Amino acid sequence: MLIAKLAFRNLMGAGIRTWLNVFVLSLAFVMIIWVQGFIQGMNKYAMQATIDYEAGGGQFWHKDYDPYDPLTFEDSHAPLSPALAELISRGAATPILVTSGAIFPEGRIQSVVLRGIDPEQQILQLPSAYLSKEDDDVTPALIGAQMAKQTKLRVGDEVTIRWRDVHGTFDANDVRIVQIMNVSAPSVDVGQIWLPLEGLREMLRTPQEASLVVLAEDVSDVPSGNHTWVHRDLNFLLKEITELVRMKSGSSNILYGLLLFMGLLAIFDTQVLAIWRRRKEIGTFMALGMERVKVIGLFTLEGAMHGFLALVVGAIYGIPVLALTFAKGLPMPAMQADFGIALPQSLYPSYGLRLLVGTTLLVLIAVTIVSFLPASKIARLKPTDALRGKTS
Amino acid sequence: MKKAIIILGILLITTPALTHQDSLTIVSRAPTGEDILERVDRNLVIDQATGVSTMIIHGRRGSRSITSRFWKKGDENTFVEYLSPAREKGKKMLKLGDKLWTYTPEPTDRIITIAGHLLRQSMMGSDLSYEDMMENESLIDLYQAQVEGSQEAEGRTCWLVNLTARVEDVAYHSRRIWVDMERWLPLREERYAKSGKLLKTTRITEVFRVDGRWYPKRMIFKDMLSKGEGTEYIIDDIDFDVEIPDHKLTKAALRG
Repeated sequence: MLIAKLAFRNLMGAGIRTWLNVFVLSLAFVMIIWVQGFIQGMNKYAMQATIDYEAGGGQFWHKDYDPYDPLTFEDSHAPLSPALAELISRGAATPILVTSGAIFPEGRIQSVVLRGIDPEQQILQLPSAYLSKEDDDVTPALIGAQMAKQTKLRVGDEVTIRWRDVHGTFDANDVRIVQIMNVSAPSVDVGQIWLPLEGLREMLRTPQEASLVVLAEDVSDVPSGNHTWVHRDLNFLLKEITELVRMKSGSSNILYGLLLFMGLLAIFDTQVLAIWRRRKEIGTFMALGMERVKVIGLFTLEGAMHGFLALVVGAIYGIPVLALTFAKGLPMPAMQADFGIALPQSLYPSYGLRLLVGTTLLVLIAVTIVSFLPASKIARLKPTDALRGKTS
Repeated sequence: MKKAIIILGILLITTPALTHQDSLTIVSRAPTGEDILERVDRNLVIDQATGVSTMIIHGRRGSRSITSRFWKKGDENTFVEYLSPAREKGKKMLKLGDKLWTYTPEPTDRIITIAGHLLRQSMMGSDLSYEDMMENESLIDLYQAQVEGSQEAEGRTCWLVNLTARVEDVAYHSRRIWVDMERWLPLREERYAKSGKLLKTTRITEVFRVDGRWYPKRMIFKDMLSKGEGTEYIIDDIDFDVEIPDHKLTKAALRG
């Protein structure tokens, strides 16, 4: 207790030097929680949005289907297996047919992916019901906001699409944009045109076929796959997001490391200076009978207290900042679609207990280690030398 | 003299009748669609040939020309080597059956396989797909032909023929061709989607006679769904009387 009191008094006695160290350290502490909170918030949002708009509760893919390789689309469709057909009939799954094609907005050719979806489906949160509106012979089509921006298409516009049927014969027709979807998942928006499933089946001459089947989130009796239909669970479907967030998190570690390094360097410097300037004091402690361990403990505690003070100072200004961003969110730039995963217009952070406790422990342990390293030199110090002002 | 006048009179009287008779004969002997396609194929389908061609792509930001040397063997195998511009020089393309490889010279030194859907993509931003470019199949194998009548196209009298696919795996479901009555070349062509939408047009604006057959010298391809000005394809030189060695049509030749 005496050591703790002494350490605190010494720390306060150092005045502005202590508070500068504490402030820099608190900055690292608050920044780590703030940035990491946003990364976790982004992860959480992207996962939920992907589930809502694209992945559902898992999917079955045609064995040749690869969403990243449009070359596979023309061969990756087949009639549904009885088990999948049964799931679809009771509303626990919805089929999607995929093919590649081209559109010609304002006479410019642009490659697109044509996706057929059942207008009645309730599994994905896509406004597919608009596709059941067939006023005349023109096929209705849904596009996302990003796609609308790229192609300059608006609701009511008609655009020519060109595709190849299952035999490779060209076909082309006009479709009418019946709705522009505001979906945050770029994978269902950028370069995608959604058409009524039966319409696309007719266009491709692939009756009763699909490229993938999306399961509802609450399906408990997921059938096993077969040689044509391969089950893809959520771990598989969300792997890309997990990896992207891990990568982003990894690059943020450089920032954390830099901030923390600045704080720790200041403390290390202070400790080295303190030991050098207070060597007579150390010698006096030892001469009066204080054990070396306790002297080391005193100096280590002085350094470590910077960490505690940084937590307090960080909390004073950090809690309002974190609470404000938690309530208001952070507006995302317009280029969010280029990021590759679903992002909201305003990003809300997620501060988990693990993040708070983990960051606190990281700061405290790092500060303690940095404080101990210069203090450990005291172990080799002779009291007589110390009293004379020598350090070794 | 009297005899001569009588003979001349008979000739004068009968000549228009004979002429008329002749024109009737032509109409009554109008070739069938199959006849026309056969004669067109005879001109266009290549057994073996090598030559130099220039493609002029008229885009929004101006025009660019690409010159290449080609070797064609049968309806499935083609080898192309680009000669200019400098950016494209040394690039090569090989088509064997329904597979196509492109080679980019050093420093890239890479061979890329183009198959399936990519064959249908525009070639170097032109109005031609790789498939269109390599097309050498005989029309008579792919289409049923119906003669609609005669019409003028590119300043020549032509047979107007409607083609409808007789096989399922054909790129264009139907075509209309205007075939020169004398030279048996489709001077104008319209290619349609299954829905009936006009997709592409082709015009042969210049022809030349080489090795006993009429062949297009200058063609203009136009993708009717996009706004561009079309792509010109000019045969600078062609030789049908060649023996293309088998090793020329191999992947090894791409790096050769």
